Amino acid sequence: MPDPRALLAALVLATGAGAAEIAVSEDEAAWLEHLVIQDCGSCHGLTFRGGLGSPLTPGALAHHDGPETLAHIILDGIPDTAMPPWRALLSEEQALWIARYLMDPDTRDKE
Amino acid sequence: MSRLLVLFSFVLLFAAGKSIAEPATPTGALGVVIERATGSVLIVDRMQHKAIDRIEGLGDLSHASVNFSPDERFAYVFGRDGGLTKIDLLERRIAKRIIQGGNSIGGAISDDGALVAVSNYEPGGIRVFDADTLDMVADIPARSKTVGLVELPARRFAWAQWDSGDAFMADLSSAEPVVTRLGATGANPYDAVLSGDGRHFVVGLFGEKGLTLFDMWEEAPAPVRFLSDYGKEGEDMPVYKMPHLQGWAVTEGQFALPAVGLHEVLWVNRDTLDETARTKTHGQPIFVLSQPASPYAWVNFAMPHNDTLQVIDSRSHEVVETLKPGAAVLHMEFSPRGHEVWVSSRDDNRIIIYDTHRREVKAEIPAQSPSGIFFTARAHRTGL
Repeated sequence: MPDPRALLAALVLATGAGAAEIAVSEDEAAWLEHLVIQDCGSCHGLTFRGGLGSPLTPGALAHHDGPETLAHIILDGIPDTAMPPWRALLSEEQALWIARYLMDPDTRDKE
Repeated sequence: MSRLLVLFSFVLLFAAGKSIAEPATPTGALGVVIERATGSVLIVDRMQHKAIDRIEGLGDLSHASVNFSPDERFAYVFGRDGGLTKIDLLERRIAKRIIQGGNSIGGAISDDGALVAVSNYEPGGIRVFDADTLDMVADIPARSKTVGLVELPARRFAWAQWDSGDAFMADLSSAEPVVTRLGATGANPYDAVLSGDGRHFVVGLFGEKGLTLFDMWEEAPAPVRFLSDYGKEGEDMPVYKMPHLQGWAVTEGQFALPAVGLHEVLWVNRDTLDETARTKTHGQPIFVLSQPASPYAWVNFAMPHNDTLQVIDSRSHEVVETLKPGAAVLHMEFSPRGHEVWVSSRDDNRIIIYDTHRREVKAEIPAQSPSGIFFTARAHRTGL
């Protein structure tokens, strides 16, 4: 039987609906935010203005079609670069939550 | 008349200030701990096992590092946001702070303590500052992110370039800096280190397998590739955090180096540069550090294995201890003679102090998301 969480993620991906809040629990969201700031921040900077990795500010990510595209990059990485695939550590819903978090200027302090 | 005398002695007392009121603090046992998320640092006393002060207002301190003046009075903190902050450890305050670049990655201090160099990502290049005033004395731009900045004797610095895959040296011993290209390193160097004797500048590669060594005792150092085929037989694992080359283990003529994309520590014969052994480890190694005055190397790991430390015996290349200090172990710093190692647990918000011989916890110090730990004894180490 397919994982219902994967089905939900597929649904979110297919419809593009703003359902990230439904797919990720509050605790999970807190953990994800911590992971993004601290661990993604190791390469991309704690304020996402870039480091060895490229900037992840909403402006810098605006060229992506949508959070789904960015979620795919998070899950599969970018070959021949230092961006690793996070699929072993993150679910599709979690990657999508991160993509939305990074791309939506309202979700965090832009300084 | 007597009233005047009393007034006069009060004025004298105030003019003399702190130095009479409080005894001066020796700095030889002090250290600086980066609190990366809050833009602050702790000043710690490694003999008392405690934090004695917190200095705030240092900006984005992800990947921050620290160098010390030769007299161990000043700490230079290099922040991610291009901030260069000079902290006075005696007066426990910021002596000077500048924003020298847009995005930086570390620094080094010249052997005479006169110059502080900073490695920058954006705009890429090296900038050199007067250690006293923090006025810029040289700007060496590069069309690349610069990594692995090290200090070389006689007011020289060397570094590698991530985008262009080469290494450079700058000589600042005369008025005009003399910049020399050392040669090609291979694709995407991620860090570099200088051996304690000032001889071997070793550059680690991310973009391809292997490392590149330059013999800095030579008149014209040339790149020598080694370990260029390690791990080619298998599939690489994702690297969730870039390893560091720092304070490597040199025991019985060996280097101990983190493999990239493998859960292994690589051992190399320093004379022949041949691989002598590999140690299977708990995860992707980040720091492989030698415990001073011992045959042991301590290793920490990238996430999701970053709650663990392992100790490897450089004679047998066997893991002899596996420790679980806490969540997200980012850094380790040994006391100069190696009797203690201080370990930062970012997600448990504490520093854990181990007795290295018993490998037992001696003390803990609360800290806010601690990362790098830097003791003032670094002031006297070549390469930093």
